[in-house]
Amino acid sequence: MSDDDLAENVSHRFDRLAPTDAERTVEGRPSRAAVLAWWEERFGIPPATFENHTFWEKGNGKLWVLAGEAADPSEVEAIGATVLRTRQEHWKPTTDAVQRFGHLATQNVIDLELAEAERFAAGEDQEIERWDGDWGYLIAAHELPREEGDDADGERAILGVGLYVHGELRSTVPKGRRRDL
Amino acid sequence: MHEVLERYRPIVDEFDAFAAAVERPLGKTVRVNTIKADVERVRAAFEDAGIAAEPTAWNPELLAVETDGPGSTWPAFHGWIHSQEAVSTLPPIALDPQPGETIWDACAAPGSKTTQIAAMMDDEGRVVANDRNMGRLSALRFNAERLGVTNAIVTNRDARNYSLDPLAVDEFDRALVDAPCSGEGTLRKNPAALDSWSEGFLADVSGVQTDVLQRAIQATKSGGRVVYSTCTYAPEENEAVLDRVLDAEDCRIVDQELPIETRPGITEWDGTSFDPSVERAARIYPHLNDTGGFFVATLEVGA
Repeated sequence: MSDDDLAENVSHRFDRLAPTDAERTVEGRPSRAAVLAWWEERFGIPPATFENHTFWEKGNGKLWVLAGEAADPSEVEAIGATVLRTRQEHWKPTTDAVQRFGHLATQNVIDLELAEAERFAAGEDQEIERWDGDWGYLIAAHELPREEGDDADGERAILGVGLYVHGELRSTVPKGRRRDL
Repeated sequence: MHEVLERYRPIVDEFDAFAAAVERPLGKTVRVNTIKADVERVRAAFEDAGIAAEPTAWNPELLAVETDGPGSTWPAFHGWIHSQEAVSTLPPIALDPQPGETIWDACAAPGSKTTQIAAMMDDEGRVVANDRNMGRLSALRFNAERLGVTNAIVTNRDARNYSLDPLAVDEFDRALVDAPCSGEGTLRKNPAALDSWSEGFLADVSGVQTDVLQRAIQATKSGGRVVYSTCTYAPEENEAVLDRVLDAEDCRIVDQELPIETRPGITEWDGTSFDPSVERAARIYPHLNDTGGFFVATLEVGA
């Protein structure tokens, strides 16, 4: 089926993603398989991470992730959490989704120093020349101690989503989540 | 002390200690969000920031923090903690939700208890979080997403005639009615809490409380558990509501194990006597555990 044959998305309703691209019935809506493949290809997050979750679209390209199933969530305000925006050339994960699942990422994670992490959390853009990986949406992280005590090892803590282009990391932390730390 | 609280002199032992405790500001507590972190990691991050964070004696996941602004810390930014008053963690403890169950949080905004319930369920199963107030519902959604909750469905309806139809839910395993109330117990954090208090309001709000609790009992499976809670001392909103619901619905009040010191529900108020089983409910006064004031009762459906 080509996109020309598919129905249009209804923006105010939650609709479940089709399992695969071949089973899609709505124009431009990604399939569950495509979403799982994206997380794995971009960040190395295994598809099994989401084996007990379903994916839904409400609004144009705004995807939600829900633990378990829902029969007809047409009259509800929210199901689970927003996870991904897909109706643009580069898919953009949400801050909340990477804070929830980003610890499983094995690639495209940029580790920030404390001062950089503070600027990121405040929503500021900054020059970071040392990154020699892919451009585009990255998971930004920093280290926090795992245990109490002066000699405790650090462990990666996920900050959110950064857009890396031309040597600059742009913070995409939403206004309501920004903090002056 | 606020003059409204004088009406409770006959039912509160150690009334002077009560009156003194109400005047003291409340210490800050944060609940560790076990969906995204654990107690050890949160304490380490607070220690790294030079902020003392000690587990409370009765709830290891509730930390007393020595800062007025726990929201401007790394644990908050990461969604590892939620600022929550100590007594507010009691209704989910009484509810005891299990992973995989289906839970109704009837008056859920701004979501402190919803997110605590989700965490107790390991974010598995279903929490249906409802609130009638659309503005407060956006705070609930913000908190749920910040804390990484994926098992909640959020609805904006009147809980009194709540329909389960669109939810793929026949009945709930458990339900929480953390009812809108006069808020007398919140004076320690909000000294203006009683500025608009009136006996007329008590009469109105107790009608809503009764209707929501009845709907929760009807929507919960036989043998299932319903927890009723308020942050007020007024018997009109507490024991009187339970008494009416015991008459109207097939349910009973059961013993509950709460980890803090409590006083039993009262069986007489203002010339009216209540079903003796309301004694199984718990009254929490500020001087007992250095908390806000609260009321919790656990009911079992159809038994």
